[in-house]
Amino acid sequence: MPLRLVKFALSPEHSEPPMFRPPDRLKSSYDAVIIGAGGHGLAAAYYLARDHGIRDVAVLERSYLGGGNTGRNTTIIRSNYLTPEGVKFYDESVRTWQDLSQDFDLNLFYANRGHFTLAHTDASVRTMRWRAEVNKHYGIDSELVSPDQVQQACPQLDLSCGGKAPIQAALYHAPGSIARHDAVAWGYGRGADQRGVEIHQQTEVTGITVKSGRVTAVQTTKGQIETPRVLCAVAGFTPRLLAMVGLRSPLVIHPLQAMVSEPMKPWLNPIVVSGSLHVYVSQTARGELVMGASLDPYELHSTRSTLEFVEGLAARMLELFPFLSQAKVVRQWGGMADMTPDFAPIMGKTPIQGFYLDAGWGTWGFKATPVCGKTMAYTVANDQNHKLITEFSLERFTNYALLGEKGAASVGH
Amino acid sequence: MKLMTCPLNGTRPISEFAYGGELRQEPAVTVSDQSWAEYLFYRNGAPGIKQEWWCHTPSNTWFIAERDTARDAVLRTFLFESEVQE
Repeated sequence: MPLRLVKFALSPEHSEPPMFRPPDRLKSSYDAVIIGAGGHGLAAAYYLARDHGIRDVAVLERSYLGGGNTGRNTTIIRSNYLTPEGVKFYDESVRTWQDLSQDFDLNLFYANRGHFTLAHTDASVRTMRWRAEVNKHYGIDSELVSPDQVQQACPQLDLSCGGKAPIQAALYHAPGSIARHDAVAWGYGRGADQRGVEIHQQTEVTGITVKSGRVTAVQTTKGQIETPRVLCAVAGFTPRLLAMVGLRSPLVIHPLQAMVSEPMKPWLNPIVVSGSLHVYVSQTARGELVMGASLDPYELHSTRSTLEFVEGLAARMLELFPFLSQAKVVRQWGGMADMTPDFAPIMGKTPIQGFYLDAGWGTWGFKATPVCGKTMAYTVANDQNHKLITEFSLERFTNYALLGEKGAASVGH
Repeated sequence: MKLMTCPLNGTRPISEFAYGGELRQEPAVTVSDQSWAEYLFYRNGAPGIKQEWWCHTPSNTWFIAERDTARDAVLRTFLFESEVQE
């Protein structure tokens, strides 16, 4: 338990100091500018200041801190991916997550629950087996389990799924966890702020100046900033930012929606995912079920949510958990996912000197927050791609070196 | 957007339609590997008014929709054969 929490519980007063300094005026120049105050951008700022001594950094956010996909995801943390590149990368992230609460002295409600990916068809059993073997090879705790073992961990689950898609096996990943997503942004934000990084909310980037292939300045709604280094960590807004510097990419924006039920007594300990039914669900510490589904089927730059989504997801939830038929959905929302053709991210240096990209995080970015922060901070500080991200470069598409993470990245593809 | 107008079958619920991606010009087969990769993988990801392939699935009618991808509003729909070919 963080020490601060103990002190807080024992103290007669329960005032909460502000997490960040009030925003100062933008200076006219910074050593580095990070666009996007979500988990990834703030984590990069934090590690730049903590590990690389680069503290003259401005983090620019068009809206409010953590208000994009950091605050809109379903908070699942796991490393049971399919490609060696992916597995190594996410494993590093999971290990960082485990002591992040101590690092921040802030309770992230990090809860290790175990993660079941259900297989309803022969084809998905085969993929699960493949993932389990790749994972084991890299020392990651993943195994194929029988329906009985699933039933034991989750007695409420209808193994026959209403008779339509009986569960044949599951991939069990013991390190699978959830965490409180807002707190992650606050923790990184506060840590960066304490080390001298400036976080400017309500500051939208309107242009980026590139002179002879090199970034020189960023224009914002609050004035111009001279800077030699820009890190772009803006998820669904990436194509607009790339247009400002004249780069092309494979990114296409699709909305991803999620919803939350009313709180109920704890009954669901593990995280349950079904690729065939397009469902993933976990129960938070507050007792709400957090549920997500697959992407909306067509490109859209909006965070609107739809009735069709709630109807569809609720129906598929009932296939798995028929006893929930009386449970109420209390909130729904959407986020803009920046999708790549191979379901792996785009990270690192770009053809423009001083312009670094942390994008293509589609529907799988939250779990990678710490390792993205670390590797991007390294990349920005040294102007050299960190060894964990070299395979994720933008050039992989024109080199025909795609990664093929589709089978493990999310559901319903 | 909950309705879409198929040029042949009229206005129908969006659930009857499938999205087929942005209308793009295929380069000649003799282009460099680099240009071919850009054609295969790169997309115009920024929001705006785009011409897209859509299919009315019950009748398997492929057509073009002009859609504002920021507002999710369809401006017009038409058959590829009737307008796009030059």
